[in-house]
Amino acid sequence: MDFLSQYHGFPFLSVIIFLPLIGALVQMFIREDNLARIWALLVTVVVAALSIPMYLGFDLNSSKYQFGEHHAWIPALNINYTVGIDGISLLLILMTTLIMPLCVLGSWRYIKKRVTAFMVCLLIMETSMIGVFCALDFVLFYILWEAMLIPMYLLIAIWGGPRRNYASIKFFLYTLAGSVLLLVAIIALYFKTGSFSIPAMMGRDYSPVFQMWVFLAFFLAFAIKVPMFPFHTWLPAAHVEAPTAGSVILASILLKMGTYGFLRFCLPITPLATVHFMPYILWLSVAGILYGGFTALAQHDMKKLIAYSSVGHMGFVTLGIFVLNPRGIEGALLQMVNHGVTTGALFFCVGMIYERTHSREIRDATGIGKLMPWYVTFLAFSPCHRWPSPAPIPLSASF
Amino acid sequence: MLIVPELILLGAALVLFFVSLADNNHRIAQGVAVITVLALMVASVAALGRSGEIFAASYRVDLFSQVFKVLISFGLMIVVLFGLRLKGIAVDIRAEYYIFLFLASLGLMMVVSSVELLTLFVALELSSFALYLLVPMRTDSGGLRGQMEAAAKYLLFGVMVTGIMLYGMSYVFGLAGSTYLADIVPRLHGIGADPAVIVAIAMILCAFCFKLGMFPFHFWLPDVYQGAANETTAFIATVPKLAAVALLLRGVVMFSPDAENIGYVLGILAVCSMFYGNLLALVQKDIKRMLGFSGIAHAGYVMLGILIMKESGYAASMFYITGYLVMNLAAFMVICAVSKEGENPEITDFIGLHQRAPVLAITLSCSMFALAGVPPFVGFMGKFFLLADTLTSGYLVLVILAAINTAISLYYYLSVVRVAYTADPEGRAGVSVGLVPQIIGIGLVLVIIAMGVMPQRVLDIAAQVVSRVV
Repeated sequence: MDFLSQYHGFPFLSVIIFLPLIGALVQMFIREDNLARIWALLVTVVVAALSIPMYLGFDLNSSKYQFGEHHAWIPALNINYTVGIDGISLLLILMTTLIMPLCVLGSWRYIKKRVTAFMVCLLIMETSMIGVFCALDFVLFYILWEAMLIPMYLLIAIWGGPRRNYASIKFFLYTLAGSVLLLVAIIALYFKTGSFSIPAMMGRDYSPVFQMWVFLAFFLAFAIKVPMFPFHTWLPAAHVEAPTAGSVILASILLKMGTYGFLRFCLPITPLATVHFMPYILWLSVAGILYGGFTALAQHDMKKLIAYSSVGHMGFVTLGIFVLNPRGIEGALLQMVNHGVTTGALFFCVGMIYERTHSREIRDATGIGKLMPWYVTFLAFSPCHRWPSPAPIPLSASF
Repeated sequence: MLIVPELILLGAALVLFFVSLADNNHRIAQGVAVITVLALMVASVAALGRSGEIFAASYRVDLFSQVFKVLISFGLMIVVLFGLRLKGIAVDIRAEYYIFLFLASLGLMMVVSSVELLTLFVALELSSFALYLLVPMRTDSGGLRGQMEAAAKYLLFGVMVTGIMLYGMSYVFGLAGSTYLADIVPRLHGIGADPAVIVAIAMILCAFCFKLGMFPFHFWLPDVYQGAANETTAFIATVPKLAAVALLLRGVVMFSPDAENIGYVLGILAVCSMFYGNLLALVQKDIKRMLGFSGIAHAGYVMLGILIMKESGYAASMFYITGYLVMNLAAFMVICAVSKEGENPEITDFIGLHQRAPVLAITLSCSMFALAGVPPFVGFMGKFFLLADTLTSGYLVLVILAAINTAISLYYYLSVVRVAYTADPEGRAGVSVGLVPQIIGIGLVLVIIAMGVMPQRVLDIAAQVVSRVV
């Protein structure tokens, strides 16, 4: 366990992973709508509050995974409950925990039917999202990665717009179809290394052919999640039909899981294949940037516009990752966080307009600045931040 | 005292026989049935640690058989308890219905204990004939006599396959000079590649695959699921599958490890099963028929663990079939509750279930997600173990095809969840559910989740169990 610095104090990671889940279980027994809202807000705020001391206690000079916890889970197959975070995970977890209370607040009034169930879905989402970002065991990772599809599916399918059936099934099928081969790749890696520990899989000299197959399986799963250019069609549908909080989670956090996957798995586990496939992925990223940008120009529906622009922005992220130098990766990471915050903000803004005017057409929103001046300031402010900047930010040395 | 569970079932069947002679007997029959299944559950758990051989060593009681007996009792108990109302069965034949239900279970229990070919054959026939009779007992609705058609198909296919199996057994007797498995295994060892052995084994496996509902022995399955009463289908879909896996384990052990050809054949059949079952399930409207096709696909998954002929694979198969028992019981519990007069529910009958019966809706969705193999439910863990063992044995293509099938199957399971959760009832009446089915439903959901999150204990037991058969 030399990669993991075990943390013997307060088990921050386990608590912030499982607190929302326990909150969701309690939530199921709450029948009253307002109480359900307050309870969900309370849970998410506590989780956010807990994540801040974790951020402050993070040691920037260590190359190990910090706040590590390690427990045997399924010894028969050498599967463990291992969690730990490095700089990449830290930022993404912090973003998740801070956005979730906003999602609860953002759906305070807009969700009127089946409030309890909605909040249960949000809380289960939070558990699985945080878990994905700190799992250091591949089976744990995969379970959380897949389990998140269920609440997200329900969020779109129950509280979504008119074409929610189509959008939710497309979302579920696309992402699941992408990740079944990920499972095969995980088992193949286990076959080679005898362990499901993610750090133990890194930096081994697998044969180039093996690396290529594993890389392709990884790539399919993560590229669909990002989504990269030819696999992006589920995103506009899901974004448009999802309720506001669903869109925010989808854009801010779920999409980051794809790029997180590239960073955490593709680069360290299959480096040869990454170099081999780099040019193609760069081309796909550029295609995504151009395609997303141009398609966004032609949209009347604001949510669709943001969805396509997300395709473009995530193209920048993959571009940054696959130029394969530290500066590019730092830029990509910064862009991930930027995109998470700003797109989330934009979706909240669109949600507000939609709740008030029941239209997401840009034309119908003409002159809204006169009615809601403060709001428009925020709306204008959000996209300004959406440019990739290559500024170096403090990261762990594991990078 | 080795065979108390079997004796309880036999005794109950005899008592019910006398009950059936009286008029207006359905209340008594119901009472006897409930007491029997509860006593049976207790007895089979109490008999877990027993071991020994009786009837001239043709009937063996060991951990392998006893664990399967506990699972069989569990399945029978759940089916009887949630199907107390027996909506699809006429009031005056309920005593007879329970007689045959118990005899079928008795036969299945004897199957898992038999270690001699003729005993095995008799046990298998006892269970099969009771099942053939359960199917046409359904009240005729609509005058189409669908239950008769289903029963006829079941019977004809069944006896034909049994004939093939007997023929295969005669070959084995000729080759090994004994009908005891303990003698056959060493004598067949080393001549596994002999064409006569392969033919004999293939013929015996036909019958086992028929029981499990593997392609190409699946033709009876969707029709029987659809034609039989809901409670009967709940039984047929779950408990006999357990015995089929036990049979396959015993059968495969007979001639592993030098029967690689059989492994390849089984692999091809497994893939065909998965694709056939999943693709046909996509277009079904009747949920029982859909689950029938999904059962064919699941038979393919279970086969993955058996065909690699390794102990860890057998344990994975055993884990999977246990999970499958629980998932399917949960699904059929909801089907029985939603069906008003004992008719077959269509998928559209589940519209708005989340308002009409919240507990049923949760049970149904958990079982559907579990059957689809989505974590954190038991279906995922089972598939994961199967895929891991199959891949480490070098069957990469099989694993990829199985993984693709998971994605295909998701669509039809999801469509059930969708109608249950996303649509409004639109004036459909509420579903009245008793307390017992609700408790059973929640209990099954908890088991589905617990086995998915903490599988180690069950896997350990499965590994111990299969180590006895090898």
